[in-house]
Amino acid sequence: MAPVKVMAGAYPLARLSALSGAAILLAALLPGVGGVGRPEPQVVIITLRHSRFLPAHLTVRRGTPVRFVITNVDPIDHEFILGDEAVQRRHETGTEQEHGAVPGEVTVPAGSTRETTYTFTRPGRLLIGCHAPGHYNYGMRGWVRVVD
Amino acid sequence: MPRLFRSVGFVLLFVTAGASPALACAALIGPNGAVNLVRTTTLAGYHDGIEHYITSFSFQGGDGKFGSIVPLPGIPTKVERGGGWTLQRLIRETQPRREVRALLSSPASERDGVRVILETRIDALDITILEGGGAAVGRWARDHGFILPPDAPEVLDFYAGRSPIFMAARFDADAAKQRGQQIGDGTPIHLTIPVENPWVPLRILALGKQGGDLVQADVYLLTDIRPAFLPGPRRGMFLQYSAPASPELMRDLRSDKGMGWLPASGMWLTHLAINSAASDLTYDLAVDAGAGTWPSRQPGGIAPALAVGMILSAVWVTGLAWAWPR
Ligand SMILES: [Cu+2]
Repeated sequence: MAPVKVMAGAYPLARLSALSGAAILLAALLPGVGGVGRPEPQVVIITLRHSRFLPAHLTVRRGTPVRFVITNVDPIDHEFILGDEAVQRRHETGTEQEHGAVPGEVTVPAGSTRETTYTFTRPGRLLIGCHAPGHYNYGMRGWVRVVD
Repeated sequence: MPRLFRSVGFVLLFVTAGASPALACAALIGPNGAVNLVRTTTLAGYHDGIEHYITSFSFQGGDGKFGSIVPLPGIPTKVERGGGWTLQRLIRETQPRREVRALLSSPASERDGVRVILETRIDALDITILEGGGAAVGRWARDHGFILPPDAPEVLDFYAGRSPIFMAARFDADAAKQRGQQIGDGTPIHLTIPVENPWVPLRILALGKQGGDLVQADVYLLTDIRPAFLPGPRRGMFLQYSAPASPELMRDLRSDKGMGWLPASGMWLTHLAINSAASDLTYDLAVDAGAGTWPSRQPGGIAPALAVGMILSAVWVTGLAWAWPR
């Protein structure tokens, strides 16, 4: 599966690649306007379908604020939790029912759309996970690669 | 009606054994998300274009309400209490020396994209026949207290793509206790379903299970001729019995409540045991019980790649279950 790349900078900022066979369009990336000072957030559209992230793999440029617009088309609630292994472990064993206050962490009820904006400050790889009971082990996970 | 099902009867049966708590019909997801492993038995018969689908919901103890959702191949015209011994009699016929536990011990409105076709109460079971897409049925189930495991959206879509008809059975354990039902007591449900392409869900049995979890079920088929299957016996699916149904069996079955539709003789009895890892159970069962043609893959939910090398056709479906929260 090829990644969706979100490359901040001049233009264009995104490249969509073919994703997994079952996936439909999974992400749409809009170019940033690029104003003075802080860069405009890049928009990544993520669909939650059949307890999967579509797309599940992204590449972004360090320093880019990314606004994730997440639509859950399943009849069950999901979460979008962005973070390293420790964050995923904490949520897997945690008891928080709702997410939304922390950047990169949001609960997406069935049939709804939610947003969260996260700025990737360090190169490396972060994980995306849903920690509704059984979902992470089922395979509801992905990653974001952050590059310079 | 397709010729392969003309003048055909088939019977499908699941037996439950040893689940706790709640009812046992196919896979069960407990309120804590744990899966109760049960062995299921269901009987589905097909004769003159009518499928007779009989399954049993067995009280296995516990409190509160629990539920099960079973995909169906068509809209039932009748939902009633099944006969008291049909399932046990079939088991006895094919497993004479095997101890079987937890047998039956005794005898439309639009909403959220789901059409409620029929509602009825049988003993401590609230039965609802639904028509809708996978997501809509999932929403209905969630709104009615069912806990859906993470694979439910995909599995519901898998079934709704072929037949958007589902049976939701909600079992009130408290009511069962008040009725004096004991652990192991079952409520047989008999559905009469006019269908052109009957099928029996197997994949639903793996709902909510981990890939390595064992799925166990007994499927009985009574047909006018020796049937063909798609898929045929394979890893996790074993042909246990295949022989003409004895006159004694037919006499006994016909004497049970609601079983007069069975012909007096001339049927073929088949028993398939499912003893499969959940990850392998990605298909349903299609049966060609009439014209000697091969069943098509479509009613079995079988992908073309999986169908390569398979020889038979006709469909079976088993049940799916969720928990009704306490
Ligand atoms: Cu999820």
